[in-house]
Amino acid sequence: MAELLVSLLSLSFLTQVLRITMPYALAAMGGVVSERSGVVNIALEGILLMGAFGAAVGAYDTAGNVFVALLYGVGAGVGTAGVYALAVVTFQADQIVSGVAINLLAYGITPYLLKAFYNSSSNSPAIQGFGGRLFSNPVFWLALALVAVVQVIVTRTRWGLRVRAVGDNPHAAHTLGVSVTAIRWQAVLASGALAGLGGSWLALSGSGFVAEMSAGRGYIALAAVIMGSWRPVWACAASLLFGFAEAVEVNLQTFDLGIPNELIQTFPYVLTMVTLAGFIGRSRAPADLGRPFSAS
Amino acid sequence: MGDQPALELRNISKTYGAVAANREVSLRVEHRSIHAVVGENGAGKSTLMKIAYGHARADAGEVWIKGERIARHSVSQAIARGVGMVHQHFMLVGTLTVAENVVLGQEPRRAGLLDLARAASEIRTLSQKFGLDVDPDARVEDLSVGQQQRVEILKVLWRGCDVVILDEPTAVLTPAEARDLFTVLRGLVQDGMTVVLITHKLDEVLAIATRVTVMRRGERVAEYEAEGLTAEQIVHAMVGRPVQQYVDKQPTSLGKPMLEVRELRVTGARGLPALRGIDLVVRAGEILGIAGVEGNGQTELVEAIVGLRDVDRGTVSIRGKPITGQPVAHRYSVGLAHVPEDRHDRALVLDYSIQDNSILGQQRDFVGSFDVLDRDRVRQHADRLIREFDIRPPDPRHLVSGMSGGNQQKLVVARELSRRALSVLICAQPTRGVDIGAIEAIHRRMIEARDRGLAVLLLSAELGELRSLSDRLAVLYKGQIVATLGQEQLLAEDALDNIGAMMTGAWNPGAGPKDAPQ
Amino acid sequence: MKRGGLTIGFAMLVAALAGSVLIWFIGKSPLAVYGLLLQRTWGTPYGIGEVLFRATPLILTGLSVMVAFKVGLFNIGAQGQLAAGSFITALCGAALPASLPGPIAVAVCVLAGMLAGAALAGLAGILKIRYGAHEVINTIMLNFIVSAVILWIGNAHVFVKYTLHTRVISDNATLSHLGFTGSEANTSLLLALGLAAAVAYFFNRTRRGFEWRAVGHNPRAAQNGGVQLAGVVIGAMVMSGALAGAVGANYVLGSKHYYERGIGGDVGFMGIAVALLGRNHPAGIVLAALLLGTLQYGGLAVSEQVPKEIFQILQAVIILTVACASAYRGHLFKGKPAAVSVKVSQDTGGERDAAEREHG
Repeated sequence: MAELLVSLLSLSFLTQVLRITMPYALAAMGGVVSERSGVVNIALEGILLMGAFGAAVGAYDTAGNVFVALLYGVGAGVGTAGVYALAVVTFQADQIVSGVAINLLAYGITPYLLKAFYNSSSNSPAIQGFGGRLFSNPVFWLALALVAVVQVIVTRTRWGLRVRAVGDNPHAAHTLGVSVTAIRWQAVLASGALAGLGGSWLALSGSGFVAEMSAGRGYIALAAVIMGSWRPVWACAASLLFGFAEAVEVNLQTFDLGIPNELIQTFPYVLTMVTLAGFIGRSRAPADLGRPFSAS
Repeated sequence: MGDQPALELRNISKTYGAVAANREVSLRVEHRSIHAVVGENGAGKSTLMKIAYGHARADAGEVWIKGERIARHSVSQAIARGVGMVHQHFMLVGTLTVAENVVLGQEPRRAGLLDLARAASEIRTLSQKFGLDVDPDARVEDLSVGQQQRVEILKVLWRGCDVVILDEPTAVLTPAEARDLFTVLRGLVQDGMTVVLITHKLDEVLAIATRVTVMRRGERVAEYEAEGLTAEQIVHAMVGRPVQQYVDKQPTSLGKPMLEVRELRVTGARGLPALRGIDLVVRAGEILGIAGVEGNGQTELVEAIVGLRDVDRGTVSIRGKPITGQPVAHRYSVGLAHVPEDRHDRALVLDYSIQDNSILGQQRDFVGSFDVLDRDRVRQHADRLIREFDIRPPDPRHLVSGMSGGNQQKLVVARELSRRALSVLICAQPTRGVDIGAIEAIHRRMIEARDRGLAVLLLSAELGELRSLSDRLAVLYKGQIVATLGQEQLLAEDALDNIGAMMTGAWNPGAGPKDAPQ
Repeated sequence: MKRGGLTIGFAMLVAALAGSVLIWFIGKSPLAVYGLLLQRTWGTPYGIGEVLFRATPLILTGLSVMVAFKVGLFNIGAQGQLAAGSFITALCGAALPASLPGPIAVAVCVLAGMLAGAALAGLAGILKIRYGAHEVINTIMLNFIVSAVILWIGNAHVFVKYTLHTRVISDNATLSHLGFTGSEANTSLLLALGLAAAVAYFFNRTRRGFEWRAVGHNPRAAQNGGVQLAGVVIGAMVMSGALAGAVGANYVLGSKHYYERGIGGDVGFMGIAVALLGRNHPAGIVLAALLLGTLQYGGLAVSEQVPKEIFQILQAVIILTVACASAYRGHLFKGKPAAVSVKVSQDTGGERDAAEREHG
């Protein structure tokens, strides 16, 4: 027990937490942008997964060029988000059903492509990723900067104002000449880029793509969005909590605390349920969240 | 400018499905006038103005703005030419500030970021100039309804509009707020602007308009200069026949108290108190009317009696038996019936047929063994309601979503009156959005119910309706009953003035109604 | 019904096209693959049997999703509910005395499984009522949690050593096969069909079904009509979970005779496709289950030619297509207990009412 606590206070644990939090935080920010415009983003899970796959493919194809890998990953995220936007913004399909479908699509396409490209059914070939660097990794600082950038964009720019207006009362925005459809498309694509980046980080901080490696992080990111009251910086703070939970879970398994390993693995998910129960009443969702918009 | 009118509509026609909303209507609005377009619900005034504003496209006819014909009209065209509209249902984003709402769509920028400071100072200038008194940094959802309306007006003024159309602007205002609005409007006109007012309230028209156009059933039927105009003239034009001021109502003998409300305290939206100690009694054979501007507790009162809202303190009883805290279904079973104020929201399932809706709220009465619904009995029940209330279309399988508002409301009233063992009928805004024929039918049924010995609680925003139907009238203001009037006081000449004053809390029984409030 | 048929046809067309692209991309001939698939499924008695075997759990998970949809809820947790149900069913089957008469043993095992699924879904329902927590995220979280908990209990106590499955159930709890030259189709198909009929009857003929449907369309009007929303939400989630929990009858009692980790594959999520394709109608669900069961077994049957994941992808394509096409017609399902939006229908009569309100 004592060794456990000591290890929790070490620098290596801190860096581990930060590293693990990244995909949650990026996905959560994507969720904030999308949901502020009124589009629920259950599809974050699928986008994360596709981003991870894209980055793994990019890293393998270029033998370790991180930035190209990121490009591939973000591209995959944007592409997946585009399909989602087409369904729910243009065709006004139900957002929850479509989001779940996108996730199923991602869970199906990634093994298919694994077989098609690499003749494997469960993982991509090993890649040169970040190699364990954190503070010396420029991508880390880029991601941190993104947090600030997203916050500024949402609260202080013209586009951010329109996004917030569209999410709360699209009819009001529409009567003033703002295109609700365009704004929502842009918001969803932006969330695809962010979550795609998050997925890329996931793959690159490991050694490649493993089937189903998102493991529910997209849903947990949604919980972080709710906990953070749909505000970018707070959603990231909430993500830290979940990153911390996962890091603890990983470390706990190497210590014999008498709690079965299998149960330790449930920790992030249980935490999500508990925080959801505690936070829903207190945070306010954008008023038009989840409703399709028609200009009639 | 010269001779050209600010706004002109020539022979506008518009049909929605089978309904002719506008039939060759022409309208000329002169500069610097306050032009009222008057008519009952369904007369076509809103449609006409939507066409003027570019929100809707006419089937035939022309729109001229400041002497220029507009070929392909749109909202942005209207705004570009200086025509702005203040909608009846506000188009405001609650979580944003006043400044953000006003500039949305044409946001000022500095170095790529929003320049809200500039927006705020421009708004303050306008605000001062026209006496609008709004804080640009306040969040819209924190503002009162009257202030929110001013934000809507600011939106229009900030975009440089000098022709302002207002759609039923006083529907949600207290009489005092309405007077303030009129002051603002007069200020606009003095500054060279033009105001078009859509309304069905005659006192407004007489108070402020310089010119009046009356519409009825989609047509323009009369046009007057406001000078020397009387209410009777307008009403006659609006309704097309001498108005029967009062429904045929005989006095009845009062029975026992059927509905009793004692010291009711209820919390409303956002944790604010909605009812602060209400006492009411409605006896068998009487109609108790409740007057009050929307937002003073009427909705919460109905919800508390029906069981849709929790009560903080106090009791509600039917026939002497307390029902506070009891579920809705129980209250129906001891003799309650409810015609809700918003039939689409609370009374009907639009995707269900007439037949299915006819038993909504009474479904347990139509059950055979094993909880199975007896379809034959349901069908017979629906047929009976259709017959007795002349509901159209007379097909029980027809979906309710395809019915007109009047027929939908008749269905709701028919259903509620068909309950077994009925003692208390609550009617909230029973004739809102209903055509005249259906209004008369519903009023007749309410009187019949009362004659049969029911206790009726009527809440309405239409003072005329309250005056003609109620045996007694209570006035609700800020969650309390501030006055009760008997038959004689109701029928008095100055009754409407007095009630209006009470509705704003200005009633002091020791002095006249115009005195300062307590 | 005609409009529904058009949607289904369109969705299948899109899926067939998408599948063709995927097959062609890896260098095979779509027509050949489709032909082979049909031949190996409906072309032989064994194939038909296998299709029925896979359709059975799809009927149940489709019904599960449908029941929740009808009330305006999303039960995405069928995966965890059927895992828990199957697990409990297997444990019961192994623990029951062999002397118990067959039908009773089977009934006990199935009911126990249904109870397990019902409890999980019911938990999500309670969380929604009490805390307003969205059931989508909670049911998905429960999927992960259940999977881990079962693994723990299994590893610690009930799995046969060095395996990931439970002990074999006693003979009296097994369900007999339906023949079809040795395929796995078993009498649980009759259970599934029976439950489909029962659910149809419940929604169309009973008072409670009337109330539940009303909640799905307009919860506030239902509430004003005396319906208690909390009861309906929990009741629907419980029924939904119970239907998913009955899946154990097919795999455990009727086929493998024990619970194995990963049982059922992604039958839980496929239930969403089944419900959508079946237009939230029990009869449609049975047909959709047959269709998707064909895809599922067919995918296996041609897996030496093309990866079976293609058919998983097609399933997602079908869901998306149906969702888009239904919205295009303005008619998927309306209203959720947490939201309060009612859409006026699109036919001309609706316009009249809208018009009256507009120009009033």
